[in-house]
Amino acid sequence: MSESFRVAIIGSGPAGLSAAAHAAKLGLRHVLIEKTDHLSDTIFRYQRGKHVMATPSQLVLRSDVAFDAGKREAVLGRWDEDARSAGVNLLLNTEVKAIAGAAGAFTLTLSGGKTIQAETVVLAIGTQGNPNTMRCEGGNSPWVQYSLDDPAEYVDEHIIVIGAGDAGIENAIGLAADPEQRNTVTILNRSADFARAKDANVKGLNAARDAGRLSILLESSPTKIEPGFMTVETRDGEARLPCNRVIARMGSSPPRKFIESCGVQFSSDDREAFPTLSPTFESTTPGLYVIGALAGYPLIKHCMNQGYDVIEFIAGNIALKPADEPILEKKLTGLPGRRSVAEWLDFLRERVEILNDLSPLQMREFLLDSDVRAYARGEVVFQRNDAGSSLFGIAAGSVLVEVSATDPSITVPIAQGSIFGEVGLISGRRRGATIRAAEDCILVEVSRLAALKLMASVPAAKRAINRITTERLLLQMFGSGLRKEDLGPLVASAEVMTVRKGDCIIKEGEEGSDIFAIRSGSMVIEKLIGGKPVFLSYLPAGSYVGEMALIDNSRRTATVRAAIKSDVIKLDGNAFRWLLSVQPELLAKAKRDMAARRDLNGFIESKKDSFGGVIDLYSSVATFLVEQGVGEATDVLLIDETLCVGCDNCEKACADSHDGLSRLDREAGRTYAHLHVPTSCRHCEHPHCMADCPPNAIHRGPDGEVFIDDSCIGCGNCERNCPYGVIRMDKVPPKKPSLLSWLTLGLGPGPGEPSKAWSYKHAKSAEAPKKAIKCDMCAGQSGGPACVRACPTGAAIRVSPEDFLSIALLDRSGG
Amino acid sequence: MASRAANRGALHEGFLRHNGFRWLKIASVLCITALAAYLLVDAEPRPNGGTAVGYALGTIGALLILWLTMLGLRKRVISRGRYSLKAWTSAHVYLGLSLITIVTLHTGFQLGWNVHTLAYALMMIVVLSGIWGVIAYGTLPRTLSANRGEATQGQMLEGLRLLDRQLHDAAQPLLPRQSEMVRESLENCSVGGGLYARLTGRHRRCGNARALTAVKAELRAGRPDPGQRLSLIVSLLERKEAALGQARRHIRTRALLEVWLYIHVPATFALIAALTAHIVSVFYYW
Ligand SMILES: Cc1cc2nc3c(=O)[nH]c(=O)nc-3n(C[C@H](O)[C@H](O)[C@H](O)COP(=O)(O)OP(=O)(O)OC[C@H]3O[C@@H](n4cnc5c(N)ncnc54)[C@H](O)[C@@H]3O)c2cc1C
Ligand code: HEM
Repeated sequence: MSESFRVAIIGSGPAGLSAAAHAAKLGLRHVLIEKTDHLSDTIFRYQRGKHVMATPSQLVLRSDVAFDAGKREAVLGRWDEDARSAGVNLLLNTEVKAIAGAAGAFTLTLSGGKTIQAETVVLAIGTQGNPNTMRCEGGNSPWVQYSLDDPAEYVDEHIIVIGAGDAGIENAIGLAADPEQRNTVTILNRSADFARAKDANVKGLNAARDAGRLSILLESSPTKIEPGFMTVETRDGEARLPCNRVIARMGSSPPRKFIESCGVQFSSDDREAFPTLSPTFESTTPGLYVIGALAGYPLIKHCMNQGYDVIEFIAGNIALKPADEPILEKKLTGLPGRRSVAEWLDFLRERVEILNDLSPLQMREFLLDSDVRAYARGEVVFQRNDAGSSLFGIAAGSVLVEVSATDPSITVPIAQGSIFGEVGLISGRRRGATIRAAEDCILVEVSRLAALKLMASVPAAKRAINRITTERLLLQMFGSGLRKEDLGPLVASAEVMTVRKGDCIIKEGEEGSDIFAIRSGSMVIEKLIGGKPVFLSYLPAGSYVGEMALIDNSRRTATVRAAIKSDVIKLDGNAFRWLLSVQPELLAKAKRDMAARRDLNGFIESKKDSFGGVIDLYSSVATFLVEQGVGEATDVLLIDETLCVGCDNCEKACADSHDGLSRLDREAGRTYAHLHVPTSCRHCEHPHCMADCPPNAIHRGPDGEVFIDDSCIGCGNCERNCPYGVIRMDKVPPKKPSLLSWLTLGLGPGPGEPSKAWSYKHAKSAEAPKKAIKCDMCAGQSGGPACVRACPTGAAIRVSPEDFLSIALLDRSGG
Repeated sequence: MASRAANRGALHEGFLRHNGFRWLKIASVLCITALAAYLLVDAEPRPNGGTAVGYALGTIGALLILWLTMLGLRKRVISRGRYSLKAWTSAHVYLGLSLITIVTLHTGFQLGWNVHTLAYALMMIVVLSGIWGVIAYGTLPRTLSANRGEATQGQMLEGLRLLDRQLHDAAQPLLPRQSEMVRESLENCSVGGGLYARLTGRHRRCGNARALTAVKAELRAGRPDPGQRLSLIVSLLERKEAALGQARRHIRTRALLEVWLYIHVPATFALIAALTAHIVSVFYYW
C-alpha cells in the first residue's frame, strides 16, 4: 500500500515551500515533492550572487518561512534552514508524473513508478515548464544535459550544443571562449539560419566560427547518440561526430499540458491564460489547488502568502482575508460611496460589461493592476495625442468623446458599462480623441498588462473588446459624420486577420476590392517601377488601404506588405461601396486621401526618370529602416553618419542625465547609406520587453516613452525579450566629483559613464542590485532627449516612423 | 504631411545649415554693421581701438571671445532645459568667423610687436584652427563611416586579438627561427602608436608587415612546410594586415577629427591670457 497524506504539495518554489512549512506548523500530514535535488529550482537557477528583491514592499509577508531581499545564496540558505526546522516532509529528486482520482483520494504517480495517496493536492510547479528533450536514440544518455551552469567547468571535451535560440548560442560561445579549455564545440541547428536569436548573439557566434573556435552545422539534426559519438543527419547525408557531451537547449514546453492532464481547466485557449480558480485557489477539480506563478502571481512574496493561505483554506479557515486586502483598501479609499473592498469588487464587476465574467479571485487580481477613480463633470480623462495604452471601463456615469480635433463641442457619448481607450491598448498608438466626463463618474483604469491578462482569461471580455475596437477604429478612420448605426453591414463583414512580417495583403496588378484597416502593427506600400520594387510609403496602425482599386474599379496599383506582425481588419468591398454610396461625405474624404496618394505615386514616378538613383537610394534606405524594426517603433534615434564626428557626446550626455549609466551604444548597430541605427530603444508600439515582467515595472509614459520603474527586480526577462538588445543589467555607479573639480583639478572620471574599474574602486556599499536599464527618452527633463540636445553637429536625430519613412528621406538623399 | 516633412528636414540640418543658416545671417549683419560704422564714422586722428567705434568693436570682440569659450562648458554640462548644442556650434562657427572682421577693424590695422598684437595673433590662430576643424567635421565623417562599415572600434580590436591568438596557436609547431618571425607580428605591431603614426596611419617597421615578408620569403625559398602551416600563417598574416589597415584608418580618421582641437583649445587659453593683458595694459596706460 502506498503512503497517504492529508495534503501533497508539488513543487518546492516559494509557493510550495511556504505551503509545506505552514502545513508542518499546523501538524497536517503532508509531503513536499520536488523534482530536482534542491529546493526552489527557479531561484536556484538565478545567476550567482543575484540580488533577490522582495516586492511589492507594501505587501506584508505571511509565511512560516522567512524572506527578505538579499543575495540568492542567502535566501536559499535561509529557506533550507527554515524547511528543516519547520519539519517539512520533503521528497527530493521526485517528479510527479500524473495525478488521478478526486478530492479525498488522489493518487500521485511519481517518477520511478511509485505512487502516493493524498486527500488534497496543491500544485505549485511554477511556469518554467520542462525543457524539450532529445527524442533520438540515446537521447536519455547521462551525458545529455539541458542546462549549463558554468562553461568553465568543462575541459578537453567534444561538446555538441543543440538549438538555435539565444540560450544555445550563448552556451556554445561560452564553452569555446577560452582556448585553454581545449573543447571542440559544435552547434547544431535544424534550420538554415538563426532567425530566432538576437542579432548580437548571431554575430558573436559567426565571429567565433570565423576565429576557428567552434563549428556551426546548419540544417542538421541528431539521429543517434552513443558513447563518444553522435550521428547527425545533414543536408549532405549522415555524419558521425565525436561527442562526449550534449547540451540540448531546444526551449521548454510550458507545464500546461501536464496540468490539464491532471484535470485542471484553463480559462481559455490563449497562451497567456491561467487555470480557472475559486477564491480559495481551488481548481475546477475539487480538492486540487493551484498557487504561485502558475496561478498568475509571479512575485516571490505573493507566492509565499498564497502558500500560507491555501493551507489555511484546506484546514478549514475559509474566512481568512487575503494579505493584499490592505493594498486594495488603500486603492479604494477616497472614492464616493462607503463600500467595503468586497462590495467595491462586486460593484465594478456587475457594472462594467467586460468584467462581468470574472471570478472573485480574478477580480481581486485584476484590481491590483488597475485603478479606480472618480471624475467630476467636465474633467478631462485624457487628451487627444496623449500617449497611453490603458483601457477605461465606466462603472458609473458617462463620458463624452471629442471627435473633432478643432471643435470641442462636437462630441459622442459613451455610456455606463462600456469601455474606452481601447485603440491605444490595441495599436499602441497615441490617443485619438480627448475624453471628458459628461457627469460625475467612476472609472476603472485598466493597465495594459491587466487588460491583456483579462482578454486572455475571459473570452467574453476579449470578444467585447474586439467588437468595440473594430467599430471605433472604423468610425475614427472614416471620419466625422458617421455613426455606429451606419457601419452595421461593414462591421458584420469584418474579419480580423493576423499577417506575418513580410506577408502581402494586397498584390500589385491583382483584382480585388476588399479594404484593409490596420488594427495593430504597420504596413509598407511598394510599387514596381522599372522592374524594381520601390518603397512608396509607410502605413501606421489606424489607417486603411485598398480603396483605390474600389473607387476606380481598377486593379491593385501597389503592393502592401506587413512591416511587422500586424492585425488587420478585412472589410468587404461591396459593403464599403454601399457605405460610400450612402455617405457622400465619406466618398469625398476617400477621394481626397486617394488624391494625396496618387500625387505621391506620380511624384515618385516622375522623379524616377530624372533621378533614378535617388529613388533607388530612398527606397533601399526605407527598406533598411523597416528591417531594423523602425516599423514598430514609435520613436527611434538615428545618426546621420555624414555628420557624426564620433565624439560620443550623445552617450556621455545620456549617462550624465541618468545616474551615470548610458542607455545608448552609439557605435554598435546597423548602418546603411551612412544612416546609422544605434543600439538604443525604439519605444515599440507593442514593447517586447513588457511581455514578461514579474513586478509589472515597465510602462509607457505620458510622452510615449517606455520606461522601467523602481520596482524592477533585476530578473533580466526584458533584456532577453528585447530583440534589439537595448536593455542591459547594471548597477548605479557611485557619484562622481563635480564637473568643475574635474575641469580644474582633474578629479574623477570626467563626463560620461565612469569605467567599471573606477566604479568598483569608489563603490560605497558592497551590494547594489543590478537592475534593468533602458532609454526613457529623458522623460521629465525639459528640453527632450539629452542625446539629441548634446550632439554638436546635428547628426543625432529622434524620429517617429511616419515622419521619417516619408518624402523627408528623399530630401535627404537628394542632398 | 507636407508641413511635417518640412519640419523633419529642419531637424535634419547639420550645424552649418542650422535653422536655415540663421547664424550665418546674423554674423553677416554684424560684420556689415561693423564695417559701416568703421567707414562712416569719421575717427580722429585715425581709426584705432581708442575711438568710440574702436571701443565698441573691442567690447563686442572680447565678449564674443568669452562666449565662444563657453562652448567647452556647454558641451559638458548636461543640464535640463531647452538647448541644442548643434545651435551653439552653429553660432560658434559663424560668430567666431565674424571676429575676423570685428577685431581687425578694432585694431584699425595698427599692428606691431606688442601684447596687443599678440592677442590678435592668438585669436587668428584660434580662428584658423577653427576653420580647419570645420573642414575636418565637414569631410571626415563619411570616411569614418565608410571605413568602419558596421564594426565598432572595440570589435576591430577584438578581431585583431583573435587573429593574434590564432597566429600564436598556428606558430606552435614551427621551427624556432620561423616562430621568431611570427612573434614579430605578435609583439611589435600596434594599432595606435605615437602621434605621427596616429595621424598618418603609417607604421614604419610594422611587425606584421615584416613577419609577412619574412614568412613569404620562407615559402618562396621552398622550405619544407609540413601540414601547410606556413601557408596558413601567411593567410592569417594577410588577414591581420587587412584588419590592421581598417583599424588604423579608423584611429587615423578619429585623430584627424580631434587634432585641431589640440591647437584650438590651448590657443584659446593663451588668447584669454593675452586678452586680459591687453585690456589691463590699455586701461593702465590710459
Ligand atoms: C531570473 C529571474 C529573477 C527573478 N527575480 C525575482 C526577484 O528578485 N523577486 C521576486 O519576487 N521574484 C523574482 N522572480 C520571479 C520568481 O522567481 C517566480 O515568480 C517564483 O519563483 C515563482 O514561484 P513558484 O513557487 O510559483 O514556482 P517556482 O519557483 O518556479 O517553483 C516550482 C518548483 O516546482 C518544481 N517542479 C516543477 N514541476 C514539477 C513536477 N512535475 N514534480 C515535482 N516538482 C516539480 C520545480 O523544480 C521548481 O523547484 C524572478 C524570476 C526569474 C526567472
Ligand atoms: C576666438 C575665437 C574662438 C574661441 C575662443 C573658440 C573656443 C573654442 C572652445 C573653447 C571650444 C571647445 C572645445 C572643446 O571643449 O571640445 C571650441 C570648439 C570648437 N570651435 Fe571654436 N573658438 C573660436 C573660434 C572658432 C571659429 C572661428 C571656428 C570655425 C570656423 C570654430 C570652430 C569650432 C568647432 C567646430 C568646435 C568643436 C565643437 C565640438 O565638437 O563640440 N571656433 N572653440
